[in-house]
Amino acid sequence: MMSVETEIRFKLNGREVSLKVPVAMKTLAMLRDKLGMTGTKYACGEGECGACTVEVDGRTVNSCLMYAVDCDGRELVTIEGLRTPEGLHPVQQAFVDHGAVQCGFCMPGMIMQAKNLIENNPGLTREEAQRGLEGNLCRCTGYTKVLDAVEAVVSGKSCGSRP
Amino acid sequence: MNAPERSLKRVARAASGPHGAGARRPFVDGVEKVTGTARYTADLPADQALVGKILRSPYAHAELLEVDISEALALPGVHAVITGDACDMPYGVIPIAQNEYPLARGRVRYCGDPIAAVAAVDEATADAALARIRLRVKELPAYFKAADSRQPDAILLHENKPGNIERQVHNEFGDVEAGFAEADLVREHTFECAEVHHAMMEPNAALATWDAERGHLTLHSVTQVPYYVHLTLARCLRMDPAHIRVIKPFVGGGFGHRTEALNFEVICALLARAACATVRLLQTREECFLAHRGRPEQQTRIRIGLKRDGRITACQAEVVQRGGAYGGYGLVTILYAGALLNGLYDIPAVKYDGYRVYTNTPACGAMRGHGTVNARYAFESLLDMMAGELGLDPIEVRRRNLLKAPTETINGLKIMSYGLPECLDWVEQASGWRERRGQLGKGRGLGVACSHFVSGSAKPVHWSGEPHAVILLKLDFDGGVTILTGASDIGQGSSTIITQVVAEILGVDYSRLRIIANDSAITPKDNGSYSSRVTFMVGNAAARAAENLRALLITAAAKRLQVREDEVEWLGESAVVASDPAREVAFTDVVEEALVATGTLTVKGTFTCPEEFQGGKHRGGAVGSTMGFSYAAQAVEVSVDPDLGTIKVEKVWAAIDCGFAINPMSVEGQVQGAVWMGMGQAISEETVYEDGRHQVANLLDYRVPTMAESPEIDVHIVESIDPNGPFGAKEASEGPLSGFMSALAAAVEEATGARLTRLPMTPDRVFEALHPKSRPAREGAAGGNR
Repeated sequence: MMSVETEIRFKLNGREVSLKVPVAMKTLAMLRDKLGMTGTKYACGEGECGACTVEVDGRTVNSCLMYAVDCDGRELVTIEGLRTPEGLHPVQQAFVDHGAVQCGFCMPGMIMQAKNLIENNPGLTREEAQRGLEGNLCRCTGYTKVLDAVEAVVSGKSCGSRP
Repeated sequence: MNAPERSLKRVARAASGPHGAGARRPFVDGVEKVTGTARYTADLPADQALVGKILRSPYAHAELLEVDISEALALPGVHAVITGDACDMPYGVIPIAQNEYPLARGRVRYCGDPIAAVAAVDEATADAALARIRLRVKELPAYFKAADSRQPDAILLHENKPGNIERQVHNEFGDVEAGFAEADLVREHTFECAEVHHAMMEPNAALATWDAERGHLTLHSVTQVPYYVHLTLARCLRMDPAHIRVIKPFVGGGFGHRTEALNFEVICALLARAACATVRLLQTREECFLAHRGRPEQQTRIRIGLKRDGRITACQAEVVQRGGAYGGYGLVTILYAGALLNGLYDIPAVKYDGYRVYTNTPACGAMRGHGTVNARYAFESLLDMMAGELGLDPIEVRRRNLLKAPTETINGLKIMSYGLPECLDWVEQASGWRERRGQLGKGRGLGVACSHFVSGSAKPVHWSGEPHAVILLKLDFDGGVTILTGASDIGQGSSTIITQVVAEILGVDYSRLRIIANDSAITPKDNGSYSSRVTFMVGNAAARAAENLRALLITAAAKRLQVREDEVEWLGESAVVASDPAREVAFTDVVEEALVATGTLTVKGTFTCPEEFQGGKHRGGAVGSTMGFSYAAQAVEVSVDPDLGTIKVEKVWAAIDCGFAINPMSVEGQVQGAVWMGMGQAISEETVYEDGRHQVANLLDYRVPTMAESPEIDVHIVESIDPNGPFGAKEASEGPLSGFMSALAAAVEEATGARLTRLPMTPDRVFEALHPKSRPAREGAAGGNR
């Protein structure tokens, strides 16, 4: 089927990207289907669960709600962009070490949101984290260990490749 | 404790602290999951795949007179369109109750029942094709409540099931009449539970490839039981199972939704064969809600007899479950509800009447705590209410009725280990029960309850005579040990637990171990991830496999060290002469020796639950049978806003007797997840149908608790060391769920004076219970001011 396409350029995990996307395509679909970056997950498609959370210009968004064309000229960071050659991001490491990961399906979104919260508020309290992660549903953990992991990062008890 | 000896001896090792069993280890696949590199079914490369889509019934109940696909077929870009004609073989997880077709034949029975499916070059074309399928139907009366289906003039959903009753169960163990006669207090009450859904985070997805030259099929799917999917595909596609390969990639949760083969899996395979291609079928969140298989709406009328001192003399329960349109696991669910009235406390007489009813709603199935949860809510609630009437402390009344292991219940369930007393002790102490209960002030309350669950059903669904679990270990020239298992890791951590068991017995570094799970072409068959069987059964099989491999390695080490086998001390990364530890041989050298003249070593370990554990001899007696029950107690603290009717769960203290914690961190996570899922059912989760249409088939209206609504859950592990579990381990992830609802109800009663007997306890129901005069009280909101 024919659809109207438009060319966009943006920065994705530090690399320049340019591609043609259908105007009706969402950022999530672009990442997964056009760019083969399947770390970001579809779980509701309606902005209810946070599984598709990515960073756009330093702010987290539900990529299932954002049109791909709106990425033009912006800077995106996805879960694939956190790991460095030196190792896992401290948030990733803390989630593994503290048993905050079960099935893992919500994790890319949860970790992007947690990372963003911590970067914007290095003194993040447990209560603030609980509020800040409210938009990310997890069906496995009951959230207690997720908060343990976030707390460990904030208190510097998690080892990882970056502060 | 009742079973002090560990069933498996630990390896002597120089390093201190737990290495394998008992170690707080991160998941073996944790890194993949946090980096986005873990591939779930929808993440698999599918560039060449056609897009599959399903046309679902907009009617709750109708005869299908005609399904005209001619226009859809004619659309350019459409490779296949299939209807009920594509498969004339009914399927279902229980061999004696198979009444579902992947695509409806002649009749649709719920809004969402699949009617036709298409495979097309892209999504837009697939959607356009679906829109071109014409239906001609004759609508039939539809029933959305069990009571309506059971009316004498109701038409039958399935011709062979009179009264629309899928299964009824009637049994009595002990003398119930005498028990009630002996009681000082007898009370009866009815408890209502809404239908709830798993809402696993990963939506359903399948990827099927048809190999036209060979007539072979490969299916990737999100299943908890690849083996059932394999059998169902062979049945529905009338294929030789040898021509089918089923692969389970990473799976984003299950909770029971995926313990039976689901229609989308079969449809995807049918489409691939029809199109002679690869087809990817991704399901929307709404379609997951329509596939349903969750916990049924249930009415439980329960009667308990108590002596003045709190001893239970008898229990009688009548359960009615709205089962939905097809059989599924229904007959097991209705049996579980009765069977597990036993096994938690010492009850001399139990009578049970259960009715599983067909209705025009999505089929229910297994969900965490299968069948036991709603009955446990009713039992624990009534016990609590009666304790109050007798002036007994809720924890004390439970202590008066404890079992003593080993024992056998009146319905033939064996209890081999029983850590419930220690669970209660911890919960009492940790929650400050004695000092704080009744002292928390207005609007706050504390409640307690107990629960239990099987560590795997001792009798498998298919009585094939095979072992109940098989593990293979492969050791090759590289010194790496590959664990091959068919057990589905769905996020519960089974791959990690199996690896820890092998690491414990072999004593080698984790870096030598890799685990490959779930590819029918490579891994041994496993009965699947359901009824919390994997740690117990597969754990035991893994232990035996590792023991067998270690024995071969000790033989090789003895040869290298030129001593007898019984003179060798096995240290994992090396072996030494016990009497002269300076004479040492490294693991890699032992492997070299072991491979001489034989090459690659493949050893097996199996496990089978012995016959005597497989339940009572009565009809349905296998359901509820297990080799080890987990036990749990929990205390819940709440605050209630009487003006808004909102409940805030402030804190939960949960204790689990999981026998032995192979991975304490993982056990804590399982208990927290279970308690929390119980909380969702208790306060907010509920499916709603209007004229059969699902009204809340999304994650906003179906209210899964968010982090902001979720309490801290403190977990305490009690290790009763089960005589048959691997290292004494039992299950940990289902038992703790079902105690939550009644503990919450008790806490809300303390906070407000009102006892909620209907789930979920949404603000409107709480408000109505607290303000009975302002509006006519609705059914299920019993209460009053203290």
